[in-house]
Amino acid sequence: MVVEDKLFEVKNISFSYNDEEIFSDISFSIGSGEVLCILGPNGTGKTTLIKCLNGLHDIDSGDILINGKNIKKLSFREISKHVGYIPQSHIPSFPFKVFDVVLMGRAPYLNLTDSPKEKDVKIANDALKTLGIENLKDKEYTNLSGGERQLVFLARVLCQKPDMLILDEPTSHLDFGNQIKLLEIIDNLAKSGLSIIMSSHFPDHAFLSSTKVAIMKDKRFIDFGTPEDVVTEENLKKAYSIDVKLIELDNKRKVCVPLKTNLELDL
Amino acid sequence: MDKETKEIISIVLLIFFPIILFFASFLIGRYPISPIDVINTLLCPIFPQCEVNSTITTVVFEIRLPRIIGALVVGACLAISGAAFQSIFKNPLVSSDLLGVSNGAGFGAALAILISGANIVTQIFAFVFGLISVATTYLISKTYKAGGILVLVLSGVAISAFFNSLISAIKFIADPDDKLPEIVYWLMGSLASINDDKLIMIAIPVIAGLIILLILRWHMNLLAMGDEEAQSLGLNPSRIRLLIIAGCTLLTSAAVSISGIVGWIGLIIPHMARMIVGPDNRILLPASLSLGASFLLLIDNISRAVIAIEIPIGILTAIIGVPIFLYLLKRGYSEWS
Repeated sequence: MVVEDKLFEVKNISFSYNDEEIFSDISFSIGSGEVLCILGPNGTGKTTLIKCLNGLHDIDSGDILINGKNIKKLSFREISKHVGYIPQSHIPSFPFKVFDVVLMGRAPYLNLTDSPKEKDVKIANDALKTLGIENLKDKEYTNLSGGERQLVFLARVLCQKPDMLILDEPTSHLDFGNQIKLLEIIDNLAKSGLSIIMSSHFPDHAFLSSTKVAIMKDKRFIDFGTPEDVVTEENLKKAYSIDVKLIELDNKRKVCVPLKTNLELDL
Repeated sequence: MDKETKEIISIVLLIFFPIILFFASFLIGRYPISPIDVINTLLCPIFPQCEVNSTITTVVFEIRLPRIIGALVVGACLAISGAAFQSIFKNPLVSSDLLGVSNGAGFGAALAILISGANIVTQIFAFVFGLISVATTYLISKTYKAGGILVLVLSGVAISAFFNSLISAIKFIADPDDKLPEIVYWLMGSLASINDDKLIMIAIPVIAGLIILLILRWHMNLLAMGDEEAQSLGLNPSRIRLLIIAGCTLLTSAAVSISGIVGWIGLIIPHMARMIVGPDNRILLPASLSLGASFLLLIDNISRAVIAIEIPIGILTAIIGVPIFLYLLKRGYSEWS
């Protein structure tokens, strides 16, 4: 039997904001190369959970272990060397050049008195190359499309040389085609050894690139496991309160089709 | 504009223009001095066997040089702290007096004029109350649980207004024959009374403030992306912000303590600089520094040269700065919106 590596382990964590419980009793672990997709309806606390997982919010109880080290004992800088995070939305700032934005990913390795050196410039260039966006290098990141900007942020987290990525709804601002492209990039990154935790609104995405799925509903994980076991018609009904049909395509890939509820408004 | 034209413009505007302006500024004033005399006099201390007219030496070294350096320093300090504030508050509309430093310093100066009248007391009071006002703003914002930038900015607005009303109170009780006009003139800003002693007194805070800002300038880029992103990149945003605020406050208080209140520089110069060199603070901060220095020197020259009576510099920076700003806004909006 292979010893299961637990790169990232979450034990019984809970979080409240202004005395209101946002989530509790959440436990799971993932190893390197795994992709965990967190599904769940709006307002169920996915974003807050994700912010707790990378230390942006402090949990009230429980433990989060990164490579066996408790997150509470790690500084922001130490966390940022292990975990790359891309928020769900970004409020555009000054029109920095794409390259300068990507270069920011080197901050975990630079002292306050330092600024990026030649080596950092090289790493940033490599990250742009890996994702195939060298052509964007001199553009202003504020003028990019949603898909391009997401790739820029991915290049930035790659510069952090992390062991894992935490992505909050990485596909939410992307069009139909870019969603699939991004999921394939995520798939590739996972195959290169990165662990990835992402939240999503699309159960289909779980089949495309995930090795594990969690369904979050009413402040808890109601199920956790492989996509085949977790993304079921029954679970989706529980999560989203609608009927969903799972269909298997010719190549065995599964897709989820939400059925109409025949809602009639009295207008 | 293509890349090369932009580079040429930046080099001319940010490097050659200040140097030429520096020498040209010695020519302006009531006592006429020729360009050759200016260069001879300035170089004289380096070459022992030179001969220059002693009146010219006095005018150049004791009258014009301190004032020119004063204008450069004040302009540079206000502009670079404005640029730093715009980055760390993620907002192109803020300027160096966002957290109440100007009104705090103004109150200090007014109080000093009321109770003493000695120049040095006014300068020290202005400097110290500039620091006190920002410290108060910062500490008040810390008492709110959900701290954050917005609370800090709002505390700044409140503290600014508070010191402003204290200034009014002092004006109200000040003797309208001598103290009141002196307070009013101080508040309008002037570089006329700058001398060596004043410059030496602000040297330490100015150097300290500049070192802090210039060292941290790359990390300001990260703060401009927002606190959460900065933290996910390993920074402690509130700690760095505090350091930068401290640096800016040293600079602005020092500047205001010798010049009185000079508005607009801290708002418009960073914008102009951003249009020329872009938003990367590694270049933007030195560019703002250079542009702010030459802009204020230029305006001070105008204030000395154009009309027989010297116009308060704070009035001129607004009268000249606002139209330039509005023009640039129209032209360059898309570049930094």
